[in-house]
Amino acid sequence: MPTAAIDQPAAQSVPAAFSAHTIDGALVMELSGAWLAGHPLPSFTELRAAFEQSSLKQQRQPRWRFSAAADLQWDSACMTRLFLCARYCADHDIALDTSALPDGMQKLLAVATAVKPQEAQPAAHPTLSQQLSAAYTAIRDHIVELLQFIGELSLALLNLVRGRANIRLRDFFYFIEQCGPQAVGIVALISVLVGMILAYLGSVQLRQFGAEVYVANLVTVGMVREMGALMTAVIMAGRTGAAYAAQLGAMQANEEIDAITTLGISPIEYLVLPRFLSLLLVMPLLCIFADVLGLCGGALVATGMDVNSSAFFHQARDAAQFGDVAAGVFKSFVFAGLIALAGCQAGLQSGRSSAAVGLATTRAVVNAIVYLVVADAALNILYDKLGI
Amino acid sequence: MTNSASDSARAAATQAPDDARRVHIEVRHVTMAYGERLIQKDLNFPIYRGDVFVIMGGSGCGKSTLLKHIIGLQQPASGEILINGENFFTSSPQQQLAMRRNWGITYQSGGLFSDLTLAENVAVPLQQYTELSPAEIRDVIAYKLALVGLAGFEEYYPSEISGGMQKRAALARAIALDPELLFFDEPSAGLDPLSSQRLDELILEICASMGSTVVVVTHELASIFAIANNSVFLDADSKTQLDYGDPRELLAHSKHDIVRRFLARGEPQNRDGSS
Repeated sequence: MPTAAIDQPAAQSVPAAFSAHTIDGALVMELSGAWLAGHPLPSFTELRAAFEQSSLKQQRQPRWRFSAAADLQWDSACMTRLFLCARYCADHDIALDTSALPDGMQKLLAVATAVKPQEAQPAAHPTLSQQLSAAYTAIRDHIVELLQFIGELSLALLNLVRGRANIRLRDFFYFIEQCGPQAVGIVALISVLVGMILAYLGSVQLRQFGAEVYVANLVTVGMVREMGALMTAVIMAGRTGAAYAAQLGAMQANEEIDAITTLGISPIEYLVLPRFLSLLLVMPLLCIFADVLGLCGGALVATGMDVNSSAFFHQARDAAQFGDVAAGVFKSFVFAGLIALAGCQAGLQSGRSSAAVGLATTRAVVNAIVYLVVADAALNILYDKLGI
Repeated sequence: MTNSASDSARAAATQAPDDARRVHIEVRHVTMAYGERLIQKDLNFPIYRGDVFVIMGGSGCGKSTLLKHIIGLQQPASGEILINGENFFTSSPQQQLAMRRNWGITYQSGGLFSDLTLAENVAVPLQQYTELSPAEIRDVIAYKLALVGLAGFEEYYPSEISGGMQKRAALARAIALDPELLFFDEPSAGLDPLSSQRLDELILEICASMGSTVVVVTHELASIFAIANNSVFLDADSKTQLDYGDPRELLAHSKHDIVRRFLARGEPQNRDGSS
């Protein structure tokens, strides 16, 4: 018979068994039958119990000897049990003798026990105070890293102004196309719907006073000052911010960013600047586009509520001051910076595995949205103080 | 793959050539192409049971592509590949699953799942194909990781260990099910000579004791001479196999100058000097 009995049906093989005898102060354990995966096998615990019952354990230098019967068939299932026995022997100062086992088994066992196990670090459960301090450290580190990144970006911008930055114009146009024209469709859809939502919301309330025509004021001011900029920013955070993080994260994983750095090129100038600037340029335009479409969405709803559309647009023109439009556009400008910042930072600081890239993308979007809302609140307070 | 005590002892002692010369994989007139681009044509050779078989050739000649064809990731443009006499692509899904169960594969960059710990990585094939209890799976994992010298690294993630350790962890996952066929794509790529030698020895020892057939894609001469007892040489220029046989024989007697130069590292014929 050749070395392997692969297709031998389980019914024909002799069931796995072991016999234990004490000979010359050593426990001799003979393995016989089919010690194969998928067959009923004695467990390591049973083998250990047999050894411990043999009362040899109390001796000063206990010995445990294995041997194989002629009909022994074995695979990893058997080896796993032997390995556990070997480990048990090593832990309890028991001399293990495997010289009577077949060559292959001896070799495998030797390989498996050749390297001492690495001390596993105790995975202690952190206490509440440890968790709190870890959370505090994480937030502090995040803020420090963010400030650092803003600093580096400012330096890169300074270099750009002085004409020394290493930036490819081709990249810049590519990213403008990515975040501008290709985002128009989704921005249009969302702004029309948001305009309609605002109009419904307003008209239901205003109808109680018979002042439905003022729905135009509500939609206009709402879109232009707030929703146009914010909704565009949320879309772009999900669309472009996440893309930035994924691209840069994959480049990090692929050691491309290391390559750029060692070529003497600043990754901030080369990779972040074109993304940052293109978003900065495109977002205000998208915001104005969203404002206009939001008004159209509002007008659609208003005409359905017996406000005729020319009255709507007339009212809207009166409601929208230049200051309102400027306030909204300035917001979207700030939001663009924050989205690019969150996306690029998460990407550049990503780990080097595929899981880390996914994490970076998530972080980019979550951070961007948090920054957006915080910045929006801050800007509204500022506008209020300045009387814009 | 199972062993019986008396037989494996005899096989180890005599290397029983007659028993070992049974064909395990047969590559028949295979042509590989990506769309219109021809990679290799008319490949025709057997791989015998228990052999350590090396697929060698220069960079970009299609070694890894041939491996992908053998393990059923890509279909040949023409010809067929028989494993135990069966063509993977014409087999039923159940048969394919049964065939895959008997294969262990390590990929060029390891192919470990980066979001799983080493223990979880090794557990995947065990959970997929066996009905072991979680405790038994834990024991098997401990044994397999110890075999590759990674005892105690169960809870580490692949990104937390070195490249050589990742390769060994990938080997632990590949041998989780005692496969009868083991495939390695560039096992020593990115390893230093000593780590690479240790990995080669590990592959040899584990496979010899388990009696598996091993197919290795590599262009590392040290590896080739250390582990292979049979090989095929793929040529990038003529886009076909140039030679087939024991690499030591090929170094001395190959009809093709390029094969001898490849195996002698480009140096003009040092027939006695190598390994």
